[in-house]
Amino acid sequence: MDVIKVKNLTKKFDDFTAVDHISFDVAEGEIFAFLGPNGAGKSTTIKMLTTLLTPSEGTIELNGHDPVNDSNAVRHSIGVIFQDPSVDDELTAFENMEFHGVLYGLSRKERRKRIKELMEFVELWDRKDSLVKEFSGGMKRRLEIARGLLHHPKVLFLDEPTLGLDPQTRNHMWSYLQELNKTKKMTVFFTTHYMEEADRVAKRIAVIDHGKIIASGSSAELKAQTRTEYLEDAFLALTGKEIREEEGSTLDRMRIHRRVRGR
Amino acid sequence: MKTIYILWLRQLKRYIRSKSRIVGSLAQPLLFLLALGYGMGPVFQKAGQGNYIQFLAPGIIGMSIIFTSIFYGLEIIWDRQFGFLKETLVAPVSRFNIMIGRTLGGATVATVQGVIVFLISMLVGFRPVSFPLALVAVLFMLLVAILFSAIGITIASLLDDMQGFQLIMNFLVMPLFFLSGAIFPLQNVPGVIEKIAMFDPLSYGIDAFRQLLVNISHFGLMTDLTVLVAVTLFFLSLGSYFFSKVQI
Repeated sequence: MDVIKVKNLTKKFDDFTAVDHISFDVAEGEIFAFLGPNGAGKSTTIKMLTTLLTPSEGTIELNGHDPVNDSNAVRHSIGVIFQDPSVDDELTAFENMEFHGVLYGLSRKERRKRIKELMEFVELWDRKDSLVKEFSGGMKRRLEIARGLLHHPKVLFLDEPTLGLDPQTRNHMWSYLQELNKTKKMTVFFTTHYMEEADRVAKRIAVIDHGKIIASGSSAELKAQTRTEYLEDAFLALTGKEIREEEGSTLDRMRIHRRVRGR
Repeated sequence: MKTIYILWLRQLKRYIRSKSRIVGSLAQPLLFLLALGYGMGPVFQKAGQGNYIQFLAPGIIGMSIIFTSIFYGLEIIWDRQFGFLKETLVAPVSRFNIMIGRTLGGATVATVQGVIVFLISMLVGFRPVSFPLALVAVLFMLLVAILFSAIGITIASLLDDMQGFQLIMNFLVMPLFFLSGAIFPLQNVPGVIEKIAMFDPLSYGIDAFRQLLVNISHFGLMTDLTVLVAVTLFFLSLGSYFFSKVQI
């Protein structure tokens, strides 16, 4: 059974086409890697799959529901770990988890039990009452992963989840996700720039560039198709070696602004 | 209900933890009370208008409420820039509930600020006519705070980043405050100013505070209440409409 079905999905911003008529399916219980250079359309696609953006064209079916017309059903089925941190710095780690649990309608008993379990797993239970602003980047990431799993999603989306994580944390995270994938049949949809990571964990890979899916298959298939030995070389053969410009965000400017204003 | 509560609780916790912001936001009203209250007081008295601190304090309470509630409404822009808004938007919670939770959170914080300013003004000589009526005034503070939180959220839904913040402070919040009759009586002002004040919802809020705290009123309490409720409902609907359209 396919838990994600995407047909002719397109997103246009004014006259720029970020995602251009892509179609793909992800089977239930699959670990699916979505690869592409910066600005290829990965994050835009994830935003459409997770109900944050409305597609310009095309259809999506997620766990049998349409993200546009039935967004609440989709939101119940998914967990999302975003590229940028999305924890509240001014709350404690525990409060961030609690906030999430309440939003997803978990009962108090269930919430407390799962929060303890997950925070112990990411080794943050002893820091549960610390404000998140005191955490390092890696700790925030671990907290986000624990939070994303709190409501036992059918499909977990991870947008560059291992960015800035050390190999220990990365391995720890993936072995847990693979375990959940096996035991709970949780589907995992992730993007990454680390090719060896995709090679190691993904059952299937799709490569997107300039808004179009240019190749898909298992890592072995992609390597065979491009006659390369490593996935990184296959990726470069598919997408070229030219360095991509990513649109500058206002975030850096904002950070400075925020520091100056003292909050 | 639970989701509205947790959103409300989050804003309260953030408020209580930002000690420097609480102190900072009280400096301005205190300065206004001291400089205007004591500085202009003698002139006001000579003009036969009575004690200026008595007149001014409700206006300064209104000032701290409008500043705080608009600021907390605009906080959505921070949440958006720093990612936390995404966490709320992918959760199975309706946008309307998110909007209501945030409005009530910001409004509660602003009301607390208003009450603190009320207490500070008592330190500099302000005396309400009756304490039971002062409690009713707190309810009006909450209503005014809900109104301006909703306005803040409406604006925040239309802005992408904090670049417009100064613009909003200088072209919206400052005029709303200065032209509301917060620091001068609306009787005998030039017709233009009186007309502008009539279209400023804060005028009605401050007028209600004055009626309840010092028994002076320009519009009458029933008019104040009617206008405030109507404008609040309007901006709650407008805010939830724009907020439902927010894309990240």
